[in-house]
Amino acid sequence: MENNISLTLKVWRQNGPKEKGRFETYKLETVSTDSSFLEMMDILNEQLINDGKEPVAFDHDCREGICGMCSLYINGRPHGPDDDVTTCQLHMRKFKNGETITIEPWRSAGFPVIKDLIVNRNAFDTIIASGGYTSISTGGVPDANAIPISKIDADEAMDAASCIGCGACVATCKNGSAMLFVSAKVSHLALLPQGQVEAARRAKNMVAKMDELGFGNCTNTGACEVECPKGVSISNIARLNREFLKAKLAD
Amino acid sequence: MSTIFGSSIGRKLLMSLSGLFLVTFLIIHLSINLLLLVPDGGQMFNVAANFMAMPLIKYGLQPVLALGFIVHIVYAAIITLQNNKARGSAKYASGNNTKDVMWASKNMFVLGLTVTAFLIVHLVDYWIPLQITHGAESITIDGVQMHNAYALVNAAFSEAWRVALYVVGSLGLTIHLTHGFWSAFQTLGLSNSIWRCRWTVAGIAFAWIVGLGFAAIAILQFAFFQ
Repeated sequence: MENNISLTLKVWRQNGPKEKGRFETYKLETVSTDSSFLEMMDILNEQLINDGKEPVAFDHDCREGICGMCSLYINGRPHGPDDDVTTCQLHMRKFKNGETITIEPWRSAGFPVIKDLIVNRNAFDTIIASGGYTSISTGGVPDANAIPISKIDADEAMDAASCIGCGACVATCKNGSAMLFVSAKVSHLALLPQGQVEAARRAKNMVAKMDELGFGNCTNTGACEVECPKGVSISNIARLNREFLKAKLAD
Repeated sequence: MSTIFGSSIGRKLLMSLSGLFLVTFLIIHLSINLLLLVPDGGQMFNVAANFMAMPLIKYGLQPVLALGFIVHIVYAAIITLQNNKARGSAKYASGNNTKDVMWASKNMFVLGLTVTAFLIVHLVDYWIPLQITHGAESITIDGVQMHNAYALVNAAFSEAWRVALYVVGSLGLTIHLTHGFWSAFQTLGLSNSIWRCRWTVAGIAFAWIVGLGFAAIAILQFAFFQ
């Protein structure tokens, strides 16, 4: 059964990184409650193009919740009012007929706005490049199960690895801290034997890079794990603290 | 080691360690204050207060305690300033609707300010007359001359507004501790999904025992010891 709702959108428009931004208000008359939030944005852009106006720039790619490209701060929450989903998986049935929706870019000193709703998240790539990898010897394909890993560790590593690097944790953090992201990336490697060789260096380098890029100090509010679309736990932050302090004390 | 305190986790480590150190101070402080409820005219409290003024404690431990306070307060200011900068100048027009975040965790600096105000009043009311100017009156117990600290406290708690202020300060401390206690262990890395619950429960229990303990002593002094 299809239901249509009409909406008022307050959308952040900003022509460029240095330009001053402002909110523009748009009306959408018929939006299916079965459409996704990004499809609603597509409808808005089509309407804008038909009116001869410039469409709203926003990030998106896979639209199935695994690439981490979509962002959007919707009505006071990153990825909007639904829990444990990305914006692309958010559906319009979560909104009421006649509702006003405020749509903003991620806001944090670490994520400057490029245009409209698109922010620059290169900082995350820079952090990964500083240590979020393992060096492996090339050669023949190793035997499956040659390295035994406990079920508990495998599960925890997988949970940490489910971080898609979208940046919702930074967007919601009152401290603009990237600790949930960094801790997820450090954790999923720290939990596995393959990650041990570079473990100490990785924790130190990734934290140093995070600090250098201007992200804040974590104060354990836990807002990040509430807003994380993948439910990454802040117990990873405790593990990162452990790994980092261990590495520093060993020096 | 050289750069550990220059890192974000290093700064948090200092907050954690100084915070836990101040927690041990609170335990000692509350234990001694409980002696205010012994109905012996303040004799035991005076003996304990006199013991805490011994040179070894006064010149040995007090500077360490002061350092604990200074580190905790100075780093709180540094971290808060850095975090405001990291948050950026642009604010969200739609505010923050994230649920399930403890209010205390987002207001530690403000709560810390109430505790600091409390601390300053304390220093002026008790520490200066008892240990610096020695303006407090004297009493002789078992042949030993000492300050009548009890009389000082008892007189202060005879005024209702002081008791009210004291209770507010105690509540500020309580709320500060409900987040600070478990957070200290999280920062040390001594936490995971199981221990997080344990530290949180222990922290909330500890916070209310300490806060209500201090507040109750003030109220009981006001009501029954005048």
